[in-house]
Amino acid sequence: MPESDSWKSTKQHLIFNNNTEPETLDVHMMTGSPELRLAISLFEGLTSLDPGNLIPRPGVAEDWKISDDRTVYTFRLRENALWSDGSGLTASDFVKSWERALSPATGGAYANLLFCIRGAEAYFKGQETDFTTVGVRAVGTHELEVSLKSPCSYFLELTAFPTFYPVRVDMVEKHGVKWMQPEQLVVNGAFKLSEWAPRQHVILVKNEHYWDADFVKLKKATALPLDDLNTAYQLFLKKEVHWLTGIPQARVEEIRRHPDYFVTPFFGTYFYRFNTTRKPFTDSRVRRALCLATDRREITHHILKSGQLPISTLCPPISGYEPVGGLTYDRDAARKLLADAGYGEGKLRFPPIEILYNTSEAHKTIAEAIAQQWKRNLGITVSARNVEWKIFLNDTKDLLYQVCRSSWIGDYGDPSTFFEIFTGDDGNNRTGWANAKYDELADLAAKEPVQAKRLEIFAMMERILVEEDCPIMPIYRYVNEGMLAENVYGWYENIRDVHSLKYIWLEGE
Amino acid sequence: MLTLLKRLLYVPVVILLLVTATFFLIRLAPGGPFSAERDLPEEVEKALNAKFRLDQPMLVQYGAMLKDAVRGDFGPSMKHRERTVRQIIAQHLPPSMILGALAIILALWIGITVGTVSALKANSALDYFGMGVTVLGISLPAFVFGPLLQLLFAMRLDWLPVAGYGAPLQLVLPALTLSLPFAARFARLMRAGMLEVLSEDFIRTARSKGLSERIVVLRHAFRGALIPVVSFLGPAIAAITTGSLVVEKIFNIPGLGREFVESALNRDYTLVMGTTIVYGSFIVICNMLSDLSYALLDPRVRR
Repeated sequence: MPESDSWKSTKQHLIFNNNTEPETLDVHMMTGSPELRLAISLFEGLTSLDPGNLIPRPGVAEDWKISDDRTVYTFRLRENALWSDGSGLTASDFVKSWERALSPATGGAYANLLFCIRGAEAYFKGQETDFTTVGVRAVGTHELEVSLKSPCSYFLELTAFPTFYPVRVDMVEKHGVKWMQPEQLVVNGAFKLSEWAPRQHVILVKNEHYWDADFVKLKKATALPLDDLNTAYQLFLKKEVHWLTGIPQARVEEIRRHPDYFVTPFFGTYFYRFNTTRKPFTDSRVRRALCLATDRREITHHILKSGQLPISTLCPPISGYEPVGGLTYDRDAARKLLADAGYGEGKLRFPPIEILYNTSEAHKTIAEAIAQQWKRNLGITVSARNVEWKIFLNDTKDLLYQVCRSSWIGDYGDPSTFFEIFTGDDGNNRTGWANAKYDELADLAAKEPVQAKRLEIFAMMERILVEEDCPIMPIYRYVNEGMLAENVYGWYENIRDVHSLKYIWLEGE
Repeated sequence: MLTLLKRLLYVPVVILLLVTATFFLIRLAPGGPFSAERDLPEEVEKALNAKFRLDQPMLVQYGAMLKDAVRGDFGPSMKHRERTVRQIIAQHLPPSMILGALAIILALWIGITVGTVSALKANSALDYFGMGVTVLGISLPAFVFGPLLQLLFAMRLDWLPVAGYGAPLQLVLPALTLSLPFAARFARLMRAGMLEVLSEDFIRTARSKGLSERIVVLRHAFRGALIPVVSFLGPAIAAITTGSLVVEKIFNIPGLGREFVESALNRDYTLVMGTTIVYGSFIVICNMLSDLSYALLDPRVRR
């Protein structure tokens, strides 16, 4: 909170770069950070994340009760929670919204986050057509009861995620696709949409009907869609933008010396996938040898140089989870493993391999460095090839590659957001790898109510993933880089890079 | 008159061929509109495919697309699903056209001036300097020239805005960036054209009649010298209005160039069709007008 009232004399108009044109403002459809960055200020879920430590705090729900077996949550909604048109926000708004989010026709990529709710998956898959079979119901106008299929330790964090936000289903039905135009869009967050000029700006203004409007200090926020980060940086230098959510990598040396530059650890991992269905990667010894032959430090310290952490594990430390050891750089062990697999002098010749990456200068430099390391350390032939993004997606999904560049960013603060993608039938697996024990552990973790035990299970899963079977090779942990003008207050560093405008204000410009 | 009619008749044929090729080529390219880093649930993908008719046989889709094309309505974009192709074109075509028109005017003005002066002072220091600059203009790509202009005029001198769209001043730097390579080509064509015309007999006649050099150049030589410039004008207009992708990005202009290129990269099938038809028709018409304008300038072509 501000120490004095001096902020009241400034315009309270924040301008920031959102890096690209938002694809949509439909909370049930969105997937990318530019969209999520706007959604958390326009809408509010039952809970909302603390801006600093990201612990779920009361949002639309004033408080909640959790049953002893931790599967039934009863939320009490604030009576003063209103929509931006002044009408009351009720429990049935949540029921209708989740029904919409769970309908395949809505087109939500994140619909499966709702599957922790009893009956949600069956309804989504069309095995059940009656929505009342799904474990969500309005007990009263301001009381919502949610039954989960099994305890979910991070459920209150999910209710702060856009897929769980309420929308005005009546407006969606009335206006069709146009419901999110500024004239129609009814929201329940700290801000409302005032103008959306594609490729020019999105303007949010304070929502006076928001239950906590007295707390909100910003009057207006403009999000720019500049994908030319050099232009964005110039605007920052001219003090026409307060906050940059990304920096032009070509000028990183210069920017790093600027006092307004910030860099924080980020909840994402850069890694390589191995196509485990193709020789020689069918042999886990080969995959392990390649992991051992990679010096991640060289990449983070000599190529990236922004404080990225070299890692050999997938999931960052979160909610008490401590990553396992992983396979760190060990040239001799790598050579020995490759020889054990039958390759080397006097044995089979290791076939030439290729690293596939989507066109980008950064991916190229890393792929070339890794190819060089593998050549140097194992004496094998490695090349790198780039393809355009959509071809890359196609080739990785259809397993038309040998080794490919990958990344994953966690959606919520629980290790499952990283580990679930490598279960055998997950569409994001893309390595052809399936391990019955790993899948079994994933099921166990999903049902386990005791957090300490869950963390143990995750550690076992990670050991399989990055020490024993190695269908992937973790390389580094992302950082979040940007610039923040010194007169911006109430902006907290956090690992997920979420910054609700609700907490931000400006001091004397 | 007959040529004009004949040429007009070609337009729909060319467009049909273009539309057909685009329709099949974009579908042959690997990856679809809904593939993403985060895999879509199977049910959602199915629903989206049904919504956009992608679950139907290719020929049925083709027929439906032709019908859409005739109606001029391709429905919603596959990427920005809440906006229709029509809306996107209506919103982003005007900025491209305004910027393109400005750039063309600038390019002609700079090109013709530099080219004429260079020709009249052929092989002088001035000529060498002018032609040297044009080589730079042709070889300096927009992604270098744009940021340089930004640095000089917006950052150092603080005369013009860095980027954005809406205020007239915001158009100056992008229009200049966009016009540079074309101004350079116009200058070289103008110089060559002028030199050629000046050596012709009718100019000698005019000079021997005792006309002043000014009148010789402006009244007699200028028209003929313009022919190479005009023949390049059609392709130049087309290239300027379709090739503004980089400039739009650097200066954050909400133009159609980026929508056009990104729609192909995104495999946004509906938007690809819409933007291709707009740009395709535009290019065909520009080329046709450019051909027709020879006739106005050069009596020998008028037949």
